Amino acid sequence: MPENTPVKRRKFQFFDFIEKPMELFIRICGWSSIIGIATIFVFIFKEAGPMVPRLDWVEFFTSSRWIPNPAPGNPASYGALALIVGTFGTTFIALIIAVPVGLGAAVYIGEFATGKVKETLKVVIELLAAIPSIVWGFIGLMVLGPLVKSIFTAAPGSAWSKIMVTLQLASADGGTTQGTNLLTGGIILALMSVPVIVSLSEDALRAVPDNFREASLALGANTWETVRRVLFPAARNGLLAACLLGMGRAIGETMAVLLATGHSNRIPEALTDPVRTMTATIAAEMGECVQGDDHYRVLFILGIVLFVITCAVNVAGDLIIKGVKKANKA
Amino acid sequence: MTSPHIEFQNVSTRYGSKDILKNVSFTVGRNEIFGIIGPANSGKTTMLKSINRTLEFIGGATRTGTITINGEDTRQMDPNALRRRIGMVFPLPVGLPMTVWENVAYAPRRMGINNKEELNEIVERCLRQSVLWDEVKDRLDLLGTRLSGGQQQRLTLARALSLSPEILCLDEFSIAIDPVTTMRIEDVLKELRKTMTIILVTNLTQQARRLADRTMFFWRGEVIELDKTDVIFSDKPADKRTFDYVNGVFG
Amino acid sequence: METASKNPFAPGEFERKKDQALAHRKWVMFGFCMLLVLPLIAILVDIFWKAAPVLSFDYLTENPTNKGKEGGLWAPLIGTFYLVIGSLLVVTPVGILAAIYMNEYAKDGWLNRTIGIAVTSLAGVPSIVHGLFGLGAFVLAMLPGFNAMLGLEGDEKWEAGLLTASLTVAVMNLPVIITSTREALGAVPQSFREACWNLGATRFQTIRTIVLPNSLSGMLTGIILVVSRAAGETAPILFTGATFFKFIADEGVEKWFPYGPGEPFMAMSMHLNIISNQISQMPENMKFGCAAVLIALILIINSFSIALRVWLRGRKRW
Repeated sequence: MPENTPVKRRKFQFFDFIEKPMELFIRICGWSSIIGIATIFVFIFKEAGPMVPRLDWVEFFTSSRWIPNPAPGNPASYGALALIVGTFGTTFIALIIAVPVGLGAAVYIGEFATGKVKETLKVVIELLAAIPSIVWGFIGLMVLGPLVKSIFTAAPGSAWSKIMVTLQLASADGGTTQGTNLLTGGIILALMSVPVIVSLSEDALRAVPDNFREASLALGANTWETVRRVLFPAARNGLLAACLLGMGRAIGETMAVLLATGHSNRIPEALTDPVRTMTATIAAEMGECVQGDDHYRVLFILGIVLFVITCAVNVAGDLIIKGVKKANKA
Repeated sequence: MTSPHIEFQNVSTRYGSKDILKNVSFTVGRNEIFGIIGPANSGKTTMLKSINRTLEFIGGATRTGTITINGEDTRQMDPNALRRRIGMVFPLPVGLPMTVWENVAYAPRRMGINNKEELNEIVERCLRQSVLWDEVKDRLDLLGTRLSGGQQQRLTLARALSLSPEILCLDEFSIAIDPVTTMRIEDVLKELRKTMTIILVTNLTQQARRLADRTMFFWRGEVIELDKTDVIFSDKPADKRTFDYVNGVFG
Repeated sequence: METASKNPFAPGEFERKKDQALAHRKWVMFGFCMLLVLPLIAILVDIFWKAAPVLSFDYLTENPTNKGKEGGLWAPLIGTFYLVIGSLLVVTPVGILAAIYMNEYAKDGWLNRTIGIAVTSLAGVPSIVHGLFGLGAFVLAMLPGFNAMLGLEGDEKWEAGLLTASLTVAVMNLPVIITSTREALGAVPQSFREACWNLGATRFQTIRTIVLPNSLSGMLTGIILVVSRAAGETAPILFTGATFFKFIADEGVEKWFPYGPGEPFMAMSMHLNIISNQISQMPENMKFGCAAVLIALILIINSFSIALRVWLRGRKRW
């Protein structure tokens, strides 16, 4: 019987030698994100740590007296309520604008638009996402701010002023005097979170199986009824996640709100009052404080609060998306 | 039967909580063409995957029992060395996204063979054996993924032959190939059996009848009957179900 | 005519109303899209219009003078360039290998899930918190140790600069590159891998010869995305090495290599941040000019990624 002559390994090549070390290296890098998130956690707590037991936490959450550099002889006070209100206020305004616009745009791009229009819109959304936050801040400060100011400013006591004060659009002290305020910041944040909402909602809508659409259309429903009665319910979780992740982006945004919200530490009474957010406070004051003093550590505590909030929002959003993917696979 | 080459001893596989193979035992002789017939979803592909241990890549799949090749437990071997000894052709044709030449030369090059002449020889031999040479000899730099389904299937066969394996497992290899070419490949298989053991899983019972020395009827993860092909396809196989399947009463 | 008018499938009153409602809603949604497109165009036109008087080649190649009120943008531009290069050097290998681990090696299990959650959390960390992290970890913890190790004293000591800022930006972009690389790797059909394994190729050989060559261009779009983000970020570099003004040479080799890794550097985003609201009597033109250049930079980088994607779609290999 003829013998089989199997091919024998001739010589080892370069890549055979580096295979084992490379695989080890790949494994180590696999851990990089865990190491990253853990070290962030460790170092932020390390810097904030000494202040955690000393901080008046009740004051931190309930007072808006943020006086890190008091007049000599007076105690410093760290009441972050106005900052928290500022963060959530701008985020809230942003979501009121961004959620309907984002969902509408996602439905249009995903279900109605075709061909060139669709491609163009997608590119525009991508560019919106690419514009750096400092540029958005600049736009808020230099372009949108003056616009908002010219619309809402009125002579104190004038009819326009009265209307706006009644509607809480502007404060009584002569309408707004500044273009950078809650509304401007909210609009800018809306423009920044819209791309997140659009692209994730579009994914969610695309994940709905086509036979859902076909079944609905076959029953005589038109496209809108299909979207409303079939796609929205089916993609509900995905859409919710999209909004959550959009919210995460708005909460964590720094440079845009630093420039576009007016940076005033008070609880806003009207839509066009200037506000100040936690992120902007860190960015603005870290440069001024002495490393290791209370003020410095309180800023790190603000960082922890932000870190915890955004992590919770993002992980929740991501888990919802993953849940949706699994449900679709099953 | 000649001396045993592959031996299954009480092999069971589970995928999650689902039993695929149930306590399967049989022996394949050296230089034998071993036919396996049976309905879809019987676990035939799982059986092949457990021979070359690619089953281990499937999450949640477990195997018990022993599979030996030349009396050596496959679990004791280096899985990659094991796979190089076994040529595998699965039903779905896979042309790798590289040229036809590179497709066939892929495995030898991983073995450190860099001599162009030698590689050319291997490529030509394998493509001839898989009856693809005449169609692609002028277009060896064509992308493997651009070939037709049937050509890709034969390319897969050529790749599987490129390391001159001692065992060749064919899982419904002729599914995308036209009957005439299939007959030509069958002739080649009769040649190849002189140097290797061939396991032929097929849905076409007549193919097993034409080629196999012995045939196993496999159903729902169990060996129903294993005997000389003549017996399986005769009027009186040992098990009634075999007769029914072979004659198209069920399946 | 008679039969035509009695067409049983002709739309009735109900259907016609429905169609009208559909058309209205379509326009509303198109309006939403325009709410995004038109302001973007208007804003861009406005910025470039106001920036036009200062935009010139010299504006790009001259150093800023008099607190940025005069001169050009060379120093921040070259700083941003080195920042991008520095962070890419760190984040690209680590991120790509991490994605390879997750996609090719890790089995579905608690570890892979944990890594997935870590990537998500890392992506969600606000940029300013990354800045705080960079300050705490790289500037305050790593640099002193580094200086002590090298025995650097006095003026020789490395301070917060390109190195620390690049590392911070790299950590920030890690999840971006991991996510995009995983997507690129996932686009390579599993059957290719199985075919190679069946031939006895090891996992590493399979990755090297089949998976990577066929996902490289997809990864490249991810890398471009990182470039664009690294070029625009401000918050992470605020406390980790970016500075508003540093004197650099106007000519010669030093013009091209102005910053050492342990020296503070200027960056476009930081420059825009300072000149737009912290320097009094800054000419409007200079503000808009800086913004316009930064926007143009980002748009050019992103159009590379878009072009690459279009090109990729045109040459599918399977």
